[in-house]
Amino acid sequence: MDDNILEMRRITKTFPGVAALQDVSLAVRRGEIHAICGENGAGKSTLMKVLSGVYPSGSYDGDILLDGEPVHFRGIRDSEHRGVVIIHQELALVPYLSIAENIFLGNEQRGPAGLIDWNRTNAEAAKLLASVGLPENPVTPVVQLGVGKQQLVEIAKAISKKVRLLILDEPTAALNDVDSAHLLDLMRRLRDQGITCIMISHKLNEITSIADSTTVLRDGQTVEHLEMRSGEVTQERIIRGMVGRDLESFYPDRVSSPGEEVLRIEDWSVRHPSQDRLVVDGASLDVRAGEVVGIAGLMGAGRTEFAMSVFGRSYGRDITGRLFMHGKQIRTRSVAEAIRNGIAYATEDRKRFGLNLIEDIRRNISAAGLRRLARFGWVHDNEEIKVAETSRRDMNIKAPSVMSVVGKLSGGNQQKVVLSKWLFTDPDVLILDEPTRGIDVGAKFEIYTIVNRLVAEGKAVIIISSELPELLGMCDRIYTMSAGRITGVLPVAQATQEKLMELMAKDKETVG
Amino acid sequence: MTSTKPSAAGKKPTESVPAAALHVGTSDPRTLIMNNLRQSGIFVALVVIVALFAFLTDGLSLSPGNITNIVLQYSYILVLAIGMVIVIIGGHIDLSVGSVVALTGAVSAVVVIRQGHPWWVGVLAALAVGIAVGAWHGFWVAYVGIPAFIVTLAGMLLFRGLTLRVLDNISLSPFPAEYNRIAAGFLNGLIGGDGYDAFTLLIGAIGVAGYVVSCFRTRVARIRYQQPVESFALFVARMTLVGAVVMYFAWQLAHARGLPIVLIILAALVLVYGLLTRRTVFGRQVYAIGGNLSAAMLSGVKVRTVNFWIFVNMGFLSAVAGIIFSSRSNGAQPAAGNMFELDAIAAAFIGGAAVTGGVGTVVGAMVGGLIMAVMSNGMQLMGVDQSLQSVVKGLVLLIAVAFDVYNKRRAGASR
Repeated sequence: MDDNILEMRRITKTFPGVAALQDVSLAVRRGEIHAICGENGAGKSTLMKVLSGVYPSGSYDGDILLDGEPVHFRGIRDSEHRGVVIIHQELALVPYLSIAENIFLGNEQRGPAGLIDWNRTNAEAAKLLASVGLPENPVTPVVQLGVGKQQLVEIAKAISKKVRLLILDEPTAALNDVDSAHLLDLMRRLRDQGITCIMISHKLNEITSIADSTTVLRDGQTVEHLEMRSGEVTQERIIRGMVGRDLESFYPDRVSSPGEEVLRIEDWSVRHPSQDRLVVDGASLDVRAGEVVGIAGLMGAGRTEFAMSVFGRSYGRDITGRLFMHGKQIRTRSVAEAIRNGIAYATEDRKRFGLNLIEDIRRNISAAGLRRLARFGWVHDNEEIKVAETSRRDMNIKAPSVMSVVGKLSGGNQQKVVLSKWLFTDPDVLILDEPTRGIDVGAKFEIYTIVNRLVAEGKAVIIISSELPELLGMCDRIYTMSAGRITGVLPVAQATQEKLMELMAKDKETVG
Repeated sequence: MTSTKPSAAGKKPTESVPAAALHVGTSDPRTLIMNNLRQSGIFVALVVIVALFAFLTDGLSLSPGNITNIVLQYSYILVLAIGMVIVIIGGHIDLSVGSVVALTGAVSAVVVIRQGHPWWVGVLAALAVGIAVGAWHGFWVAYVGIPAFIVTLAGMLLFRGLTLRVLDNISLSPFPAEYNRIAAGFLNGLIGGDGYDAFTLLIGAIGVAGYVVSCFRTRVARIRYQQPVESFALFVARMTLVGAVVMYFAWQLAHARGLPIVLIILAALVLVYGLLTRRTVFGRQVYAIGGNLSAAMLSGVKVRTVNFWIFVNMGFLSAVAGIIFSSRSNGAQPAAGNMFELDAIAAAFIGGAAVTGGVGTVVGAMVGGLIMAVMSNGMQLMGVDQSLQSVVKGLVLLIAVAFDVYNKRRAGASR
């Protein structure tokens, strides 16, 4: 019988309308590094939130056993009290507090009068920093550290809470190679000290090199449990578990007949706005009239950053590379210039970046192409209504009138408003970033139909999607990105989920 | 642009005729009220407050002389409120307008009174200074990226200090009669009238006619584009009501001293800025920035440019207010315009502007300003203590914004 520190049995967690987790079981042995794999949206983070009490006991079904006895965490404090600590992908440090203050935040080292004992705080912090191998002065503000070191501060903080089960969500996603290697080393050392680690990761090479066992999730269900110690489990084996589902047949048919090249991007590189690393690294891509091109990649691969930097330098700094529209070199120094050059970008986060939620349908649709409705700065507002009405009909936007406030529409209808807005700018290339995220199946089909209609009219479409079946169902060609680089391009006839996943997980060094 | 597709603003549908305007539309009060709650709410509030004070002062507050007084006394606040509501729609705030009113008035006084230039040179100098101040604020807000709260707080101190400098710490007065006429003058007797001023009534009538015609044209266009409108009976009722209120107002003015020049300036500004905010690309972009900055940026709005001009415009209108105020007080004082910013901000918020930006109208801000004006004036007539006046105004502002927040939360819940 195994000595399991943790068992999660038949966990089911539903959100309104969706089952995020269904009968998921997970067993973690004491003192191992346990990896959890799965595509975006497979339920990994949800499972860890259930475990750490972010979703309190009672909001899900199933049992959690820690050291063989059932536990009911009502919040993070409960789980931390029992030595279960989660480190999220977005680090939860207060930038302008010192390392020591951050480590003991909420757990302050008090002296006799109830005041904070700074000497003890800093001395303890120094010891913890030594244990994670971070040679920094504990009074240094966290903001002065790089992401890699911040991650180590998080781990030191976890150790200060007497952690026994440490959960790391995508710990190396934002790290460069040196920092990643350092972190993996530290995880091995922690394991040797008896701390059990659960690690969510997209980087399969890291998993095969460090994990003792792996649980694969897919669509909110446990697919399989793999023993890794023998070293026989390959990355391909894990990928097969992650994607093994059929292509659902809800993609409308389209006769593909690509024409002339419309947009070509060459050697595009973008630096992170505040950190010193390339988020997009020498990427090249082209798309033809009447063609749908996909960009596949895991979270943090740089797809959105790539698209936004092309679209009027909306992301990053030190952007280099060349853009050609119909064979002629163009520049997109501002969003307005990108729009003028016939590029449109529909964001992945329509509520934050795509729509003015307090404004009506009509004015959202005209927002990007207002100049087309204006003469000498004077908006022809009746024509604006007409344009909106036309879109409402063509796109089948379900709303009482074009004067309806966009914030009250369903996700699918909001997405149609976003599409209408960009089509009104009459673009040659339409970049759709996660065009069907968070919308229901029926609306998805409608969006796909609209995309097909557009390419039939001769537009070029680039789809960024985390759903591989969507890319396989919609695209003519699919590019894969990993760590800011284009790692491959496959015609859809040759593409399979396995092949794509392999290219998406490909690491920097192995790329040409 | 590589596309050759014709602009969408091409031909118009011709299938329906204006006559249809008589027969369509809804009178369902629920729909109408729900659609216009934010707007109609403050009109109702204004009516209630006017009625309340008419009652409390035995009709004194509605006397011809007092109505004229309200116009003269609060015109500069209303001018400031026009600029302020645009600033607030864009998601900013301007705390400096009181100081800018003082500075522009002071510059004008120095040019006209101390240096003896003609009155219009003073006006131009004040406008130039106002625009320069606006550009200064716009630079820091738009191009350096400092929050407007900080920039204009600094401006409030800075321009108050400059005012003291310009005036050498003393008051300057009096202005020549021409300058004084800007805020204290009247147009009357131009076409006669017996015991009343026919010209004032004529202007009032022209205003009403213009309003009715433009509303009817909008209505016809809406119907042609198959948009929902109110029923014709309701439309007529609304026009009649507005016409009656305006003509009553004109009648009262005509029986006092005639048409105040400052009212003409104010009416022109309301008209121009009403159109600017609703019908121009610039106006739309202000709403877009305030509603969702990121989305506006990703829609190609040149956010910096728009923000810059928002503040230039505020500076310009502050100068207009400064001219009116210095003209009315017939001189420039170092402490002029103190706390004006708060009245202007209150007017915009009471008039339905949202604290988070993206919502608000010029007309709303005017009604908000009038609510404040009628309340202050009414309480003064009743001899209410200054301290209590302040308490009441504070509560009204708080309740108005609470109403806005409540409204938004309810809208959010139904999302």
